[in-house]
Amino acid sequence: MGVALTKSAQWTAAGYGPTALEVTPLNEAILKEIIEFIENFLYNHPQEAEYVFAEPLEWKTNLEPSAFGSGYIVSETAVESKEVDNNGQPLLSLSVPHVQIRSFGQLSQFLFIAKDSKLKEAQLCVEANRNPVEKILGLDYNTIKEESSALRILEKLTKGDDPENEIKRKVAHLLYQLDLHLLNNSLKHISLEIRLNPVTVKNDIELLKRFSGKGEQTVLEFIEYTSDYEFSNGCRAPPWRQIHGEICYVLVKPHDADTLCLTCSSEGVFLNGGKTDDEGEINYERKSEVYKDLVTLLKDKSAKFSENMSRQELKFNEEHHKEVNQLSKTAKEEEAIPSNRSTSGSHRSTLEKNQINLVKSHMAKRLAPSLNWKATVDSKDRKSSFKEPQEEKHGRHEKTGTSFSHGRAQLIRKSVEKIEDIISDSSSESEEDEESPDHRQEANADLPSEYWQIQKLVKYLKGGNQTATVIALCSMKDFNLAQETCQLAIRDVGGLEVLINLLDTDEVKCKIGSLKILKEISHNSQIRRSIVDLGGLPIMVNILDSPHKSLKCLAAETIANVAKFRRARRVVRQYGGITKLVALLDCGQNSSEPAQLSLYETRDVEVARCGALALWSCSKSHTNKEAIRKAGGIPLLARLLKTSHENMLIPVVGTLQECASEENYRAAIKAERIIENLVKNLNSENEQLQEHCAMAIYQCAEDEETRDLVRLHGGLKPLASLLNNTDNKERLAAVTGAIWKCSISKENVTKFREYKAIETLVGLLTDQPEEVLINVVGALGECCQEYENRVIVRKCGGIQPLVNLLVGINQALLVNVTKAVGACAVEPESMAIIDRLDGVRLLWSLLKNPHPDVKASAAWALCPCIENAKVKSVC
Amino acid sequence: MDQRVLNKLVESVSNTVKSFKKCEIECLIRLFQNLVKTDGRIDKTGIDRNTFQEILHNIFGMTDDMLMNRVFCAFDKDNDNHINVKEWVKGLSVFLRGTFEEKLKFCFEVYYLNGDGYISQEEIFNMLKNSLYQQSSEEESDEAIQELVDLTLKKMDYDNDGKISFADFEKAVKEERLLLEVFGQCLPEAKKCLDFEVLAFRHIPISRF
Repeated sequence: MGVALTKSAQWTAAGYGPTALEVTPLNEAILKEIIEFIENFLYNHPQEAEYVFAEPLEWKTNLEPSAFGSGYIVSETAVESKEVDNNGQPLLSLSVPHVQIRSFGQLSQFLFIAKDSKLKEAQLCVEANRNPVEKILGLDYNTIKEESSALRILEKLTKGDDPENEIKRKVAHLLYQLDLHLLNNSLKHISLEIRLNPVTVKNDIELLKRFSGKGEQTVLEFIEYTSDYEFSNGCRAPPWRQIHGEICYVLVKPHDADTLCLTCSSEGVFLNGGKTDDEGEINYERKSEVYKDLVTLLKDKSAKFSENMSRQELKFNEEHHKEVNQLSKTAKEEEAIPSNRSTSGSHRSTLEKNQINLVKSHMAKRLAPSLNWKATVDSKDRKSSFKEPQEEKHGRHEKTGTSFSHGRAQLIRKSVEKIEDIISDSSSESEEDEESPDHRQEANADLPSEYWQIQKLVKYLKGGNQTATVIALCSMKDFNLAQETCQLAIRDVGGLEVLINLLDTDEVKCKIGSLKILKEISHNSQIRRSIVDLGGLPIMVNILDSPHKSLKCLAAETIANVAKFRRARRVVRQYGGITKLVALLDCGQNSSEPAQLSLYETRDVEVARCGALALWSCSKSHTNKEAIRKAGGIPLLARLLKTSHENMLIPVVGTLQECASEENYRAAIKAERIIENLVKNLNSENEQLQEHCAMAIYQCAEDEETRDLVRLHGGLKPLASLLNNTDNKERLAAVTGAIWKCSISKENVTKFREYKAIETLVGLLTDQPEEVLINVVGALGECCQEYENRVIVRKCGGIQPLVNLLVGINQALLVNVTKAVGACAVEPESMAIIDRLDGVRLLWSLLKNPHPDVKASAAWALCPCIENAKVKSVC
Repeated sequence: MDQRVLNKLVESVSNTVKSFKKCEIECLIRLFQNLVKTDGRIDKTGIDRNTFQEILHNIFGMTDDMLMNRVFCAFDKDNDNHINVKEWVKGLSVFLRGTFEEKLKFCFEVYYLNGDGYISQEEIFNMLKNSLYQQSSEEESDEAIQELVDLTLKKMDYDNDGKISFADFEKAVKEERLLLEVFGQCLPEAKKCLDFEVLAFRHIPISRF
């Protein structure tokens, strides 16, 4: 009870005089539990009920002496129980208003007598006796209550069978159990509790404002803040109220009720005492129950609001969508303007965060309860907004990714990232996928049943031998580990620590079982970071040396999942992981493999595949690329590229594709005759493999010799035919990229024309994501250097969409578009179309573009325009 | 024992055990004879329970007394409380060279004791009884172990009859190999096997491999 009372119960902020318990649902629940415990004590533990407390519990009661009946000696202002201790002292004595009680039996009866006011009495008792356990058991006992069982036995031996002590120990045990029970219960309560923050509240209010006003269709007549001044933390409540968690006060006038004065606090929203007329001060006292948010409260208070709200719901959602879309646009814009990024990054990100919160609170129609204390969540939030803008950007990426589930949007976003990664070599180290701010378990209002089951399993992992551990691990594997609830549950009950510790033991089976789980849950970005924080990576890197192939495989696969962010990749490298992973690639060559695989073993090819998978993840960092090369990875990758297993080829080509951003690699790729195999795999059935091959070609085809190699090995035809399948946007982006780079060589352009690729490219000028457009336009720009192709583009109606793209904002795209338009303008007939479409003016206005490349390219494009215009005027 | 008798014995054993070469069988038989020799006399009946458990413990690194006892029973096919030379070689062939199926069958035999062909709840309870550290009271510990038993049944008892049949066992282990020795170690670790082979077969000249 002690721990629960000090840690969980919500005491009022330190003030003068005796502290009091706040009237909150949590406290009420705790008190009720205590009352139930005491009331049943007499029946459940009759022997212990007679135990006399070391010190009496004493408090000021509201009970009158007249309430006491038989068993008590009652006078006008005093009551004494007939029940006495060994020294003849009564166990209960009351002299108005002070009451002293010295046994559970009396406490129990007292509560019985108190009847309806027992909650109040219990509260008074707890308030007056801040450390009841100490009073009940005595000072010395309190300190040793968590002694080990061995000590207890020792004590028993030395002191003999003292019945007094025996009972005392039992009482201590009972109290300890109650304490645990209370803590568990309050945990449940806390998990249910809602934490609002200034941002969510502000967004709610802003949104409601938009749908308020006169007329029947609006949801409210008006909603406004009581104060115009906003503090830097987003609160409007005066500072002395902010310490109570209050955020702001609003006046709301629903259509069918009087004006309400509401308090928005971090605990929720409730009615306060309203504005006092004279000074405009607010009566801060709570007058209603606490609602989880503004909308819920208003729905409850106003039928009209509820009705109109449901009508507006659709509109609401649309709004959100629009906002999100707008946002992703600004995000892209931002990506394209690195110079602006640093200044606007943090601002934008907070904006974005607001939107996300908004989307969450309304679209999802529930608020995320948090297992965490508010303070930690807040500080994390705050911390993240000070992170470097780049990290921020990626954090945001992921957040948007989770908040709206349209697969397509996510997919496009991903490829934006990827392509950007590739375009600028130097950026690949800083471009991070995710170091997202931590958001804790947010699923259902109640903790899911899996949570408790997993907690139990973790208990077995901690307290079991190898046999029990393996059983627990296998059972844990049966949970849906792809589900975030389970992933976070494992972390939240301390399972990650245990799993990682198991990796450090000598038990092969435990290691295998643990890695099988870590491999699955490390798909979650928060888990990944926790694994790194707990020092899991060095241990896994060590396992790569193990003689057990299946262990090696699992460790490599887990590393592949974990090394999705920069810090993790750095750790892998620093502990020598790259060299070890490259060594795994060599396994696949051993032909003298036993036909009969031993018990827990797996094939060499599999080891190599897992190695490649991990290298693929690691190869996203510049330094790691270098490390892979130095460790002799390229020839090994080249050798593996000759196999025909798709699941081997994808990570191998993926790694090569990633590394091809480095000049050193491109030279090596040429030298190792890798292009030939890349081209061969373009013909594979697997879309992902095609994509990575095309991407690798895109990277390497900057080099003229490579472009020729692609042609000589017959790579242009499959590229051209892949253009026809436009569903997979990532692959399309890679394929168009490869075509763009390849078409820098004239011979290749001729081939493309032969394969009717130019017509197809023109068809791709509309309705495609930007990263595809950049490549398509780039390719057309190269093709249009030749007269025949310019004619084809014009005849296919390519000029109009090209000119339309001149109004875009993406710089990479603008550079390519201006180049393509410029190339077309060389031809008078096309020029006429461009002129008619106002293209010259658009080109002209691009001279004011902040980006020098766009300016230059626009200026070059203007040259033929001016020339042709001159010709026209001369004619 | 003179060479002729030995050769004959090797011949007959090699007819039933295919995973060892003849020279290896010879080494194992010699080892067997050394083990059963007491005071220079060869004890005809074979290795008794205690000696065998010592071997399991010292050479194969097993620790659980109850399971070692059961492994002895699994070796001792004719239930005469002694492991004769054929049982010795046969059992070791599972230990050292056993296929997955052989090991599967072996483990199942170790785990079901009363011979009805099923591993019952009580048997599981007994085998898992010592698998948890530090429970404060016996009652609590029993409860925790019963929960562990329930977990294994949930995982392995596919036909929901409250006991594990060979079919259940086979299916579960094929799905998750870690479950082969689910109720405790009854096969030696790979490294111990290698050590043993090196020790037992050290007299074989390299050329005969």
